[in-house]
Amino acid sequence: MSNKIQKLLRKTWVSILLSVVIGFGVGAIALAIAGHNPFRAYSYLFQGIFSQPRHVAWTIINATPIILTALSVVFAYKTGLFNIGADGQFMMGAVAAVFLGHYLHLPPIIHPIVVILGAMLVAGIYGGIVGLLKAKFGINEVITSIMLNWVALYFNNYYITLPGVRKPNTDASWEIQQTAYIRVMNNVKFADDGVERLRAGNWFFSDVVLRTDLNYGILIAIAACVLVWFILNKTTLGYSLKAVGFNKDAAEFAGINVKKNIITSMFIAGAIAGIAGAVFIMGQAPHRVTTLAFSEQYGFHGLSVALIGAVHPIGIIFAGLFFGGIRYGSGSMQARMGVPNEIISIVIGSIVFFISIASLFRIIADRIEKKKGGK
Amino acid sequence: MDAVYMKNIYKYFGDFCALDDVSLKVQKGTIHALLGENGAGKSTLMNILYGFYNSDGGEIFVNEEKVNIKNPSSAINLGIGMVHQHFMLVETLTVLQNIILGSEVTNRLGILNMKKARKEIMEISEKYGLAIDPDALISNISVGMQQRVEILKTLYRGADILILDEPTAVLTPQEISELINIMQNLIKDDKTIIIITHKLKEIKESSDFCTVIRRGKYIDTVEVKDVSEQGLASMMVGRDVNLHIDRGECDPKGIVFEVKGLTVADYRGLDKVKDFNIKVRSGEIVGIAGIEGNGQKELVEAIMCLAHTKAGNVLINGKEIQNTNPKNVLESGVSVIHEDRHKRGLILDYSVELNTVTQKFKKKPFSKKGILNFEEINNYAKKLIGQFDVRPDDCEKTPIRALSGGNQQKLIIARQVSEDFEIIIAVQPTRGLDVGAIEFVHKELVRQRNAGKAVLLISLELEEIMDLSDSIGVIYDGKIVNFFENDGKVSEQEIGLMMAGGGKNE
Repeated sequence: MSNKIQKLLRKTWVSILLSVVIGFGVGAIALAIAGHNPFRAYSYLFQGIFSQPRHVAWTIINATPIILTALSVVFAYKTGLFNIGADGQFMMGAVAAVFLGHYLHLPPIIHPIVVILGAMLVAGIYGGIVGLLKAKFGINEVITSIMLNWVALYFNNYYITLPGVRKPNTDASWEIQQTAYIRVMNNVKFADDGVERLRAGNWFFSDVVLRTDLNYGILIAIAACVLVWFILNKTTLGYSLKAVGFNKDAAEFAGINVKKNIITSMFIAGAIAGIAGAVFIMGQAPHRVTTLAFSEQYGFHGLSVALIGAVHPIGIIFAGLFFGGIRYGSGSMQARMGVPNEIISIVIGSIVFFISIASLFRIIADRIEKKKGGK
Repeated sequence: MDAVYMKNIYKYFGDFCALDDVSLKVQKGTIHALLGENGAGKSTLMNILYGFYNSDGGEIFVNEEKVNIKNPSSAINLGIGMVHQHFMLVETLTVLQNIILGSEVTNRLGILNMKKARKEIMEISEKYGLAIDPDALISNISVGMQQRVEILKTLYRGADILILDEPTAVLTPQEISELINIMQNLIKDDKTIIIITHKLKEIKESSDFCTVIRRGKYIDTVEVKDVSEQGLASMMVGRDVNLHIDRGECDPKGIVFEVKGLTVADYRGLDKVKDFNIKVRSGEIVGIAGIEGNGQKELVEAIMCLAHTKAGNVLINGKEIQNTNPKNVLESGVSVIHEDRHKRGLILDYSVELNTVTQKFKKKPFSKKGILNFEEINNYAKKLIGQFDVRPDDCEKTPIRALSGGNQQKLIIARQVSEDFEIIIAVQPTRGLDVGAIEFVHKELVRQRNAGKAVLLISLELEEIMDLSDSIGVIYDGKIVNFFENDGKVSEQEIGLMMAGGGKNE
């Protein structure tokens, strides 16, 4: 019996699941202290996610950029780097997407592709700077990327001040061209009789397509996750990147160029965060960048999701959906019960906390073993 | 009287049986060697005696009384002391402070009485010939003295039974004979010593009895004077082994590898390799003997282009390779067996098969257009595992971390000799290996030399250098101070002197 428990406790997914349960438990305590019924609150939370097809759609829409920033973190992590700069890379990708989406005039399908590639290049270079500083001068990537996050934020704000960029009477840029949108049934939606036609259709058209920003971003995100998994596990690039991550001294001794690999890895991680920025701009309203006082935290949410997803390129798809879901669902909790949706930050925070100390579960498993050994 | 009797000890790690009914009887006032291959279970057995592990079966008697040793402090209370292979000393404290650490002498107010402690320690030190400098910082004293500090630590805590785990692994020949003297002094005073080792020569020189363990099983206990080194080796490995390889005549051809006037500084800017010269011809083994820290490490780093050379050249078939990059060095035909398996040799988180292609994963057939071909990698790994008898023989998918040190080293050697190379540089290729694995490594190096390759052997083990090398260079303070043909005319003692700086060129 204890042997089974012990084996289970050592499994990654079990410790993640336990952390999720404990996280909700901690959230429940916080709710109770604040004078709310945690069961009711959580039931509204889950109703907010699952009660209508459009809620599920919103969950997916919200999850998409976060899955991608998480993927950026995962990629860097697998190659021995900590990409806390996904946030800044995301913003650079978003700015690049707005620029290319607004000023270029290209046919549909081609336009989004060009925007994504441009965003990847800009954000990739932005990440590559971090890699370059680490490779050439040994500066810790955490420090440089945190600083570059702020640079990206202010670059975003500065971009909006440039002549012709700002939409008059707003604190935001112009929207991108509709040719660059990646929303599902874009043409129908923006046709003159589109709303009527959609409303006449079944639930998918009347509820989901009409009332959400459902877009193809999730497909791009999943494809990116699969591609990263492939690169990491099946290619020579992944082999050398991971080798450097695991043991750079041995990699160096085997003739692998460690410095080049660090730069490459940060470039790719940045490019992935750039896709997140582009998908965010092209996939959902308002399709523009706004002057910000603080970052919107997409990169940092990506860190949490990467952890919840066991730092696995496929695991983060599910973790991202979970994360996007409870954040979206918390809105209905707030609306219907007056529970501040910050409570969800407590839940997520505790989940991440317990996953981070997942070794705790392994220690418990060891205890069980020791007890047994003493018999 | 038996100082220690461990009776029918069992120990499991998960499903793995590390000790299967092992017994050990140690007479009081003797030096008792515990002999076995890597992973045979000798350290496990001693860790049970010292209370680090609890046994899963069996009884322990100390001075013929049944005891229950739950943790190291109960072992210390029973008069058992252990000196680990890796010393447990605080580098920034003095010798004296390290010895009293944890059992300080204080007065009633809790104030240290250093005078009393110093007096007691110096008494012990003189009694057994454990020469120390009580006020030197640990970071400034030699490895030999650090070991004496460790022994003093246990004696100061009242140990009557000393366990020494691989005590000679880090010592020079001179330091080893000093240690053996100290051990003799200790048993004269009726102390008991258990020494874990796989060096047969030292057992012959120091010990009274020897217990052999093989793969977790008790084999035999013998009186050392009754058996030869050869006999001990066969008992340990379970088959006849060749302790001293017969390398035969060498047939050297042209010069393949040459180091000319090489000067390399360490990270502080101090020259560690100074105007170093050596030539290696194809079909010969050149050995570089020397005590650790005389520039061997910097020499290897410079050859591999991991360190910048200040002056001089490294040539392969006349082509300069210094100050390029590791990839170029490897492609020029240098293959290195590095002493530090875990740091430089292996990617421990990769599987065995992935570790076989660290230098050629980008080449056909192991990959094509950037996509790895796992089937080819797997076949290649299987081939190497089979050819070089890496165990377990179906290990290609397991993380290499899980293999024993000897098998990890076999895999590195398999990989390095299977590269295309002109010269193989073997740095301490048998560090931490047992006789069976050493024999394998030595045979392989000689085989490479007989196949017409150049071999440069850099080792701290003088015996190894003398067994394998066709010519020997002695490195001291970053220079070759002596270079001679290894034809038996220069004795081990003479080389030992040269290694300590007593040799003069010209």
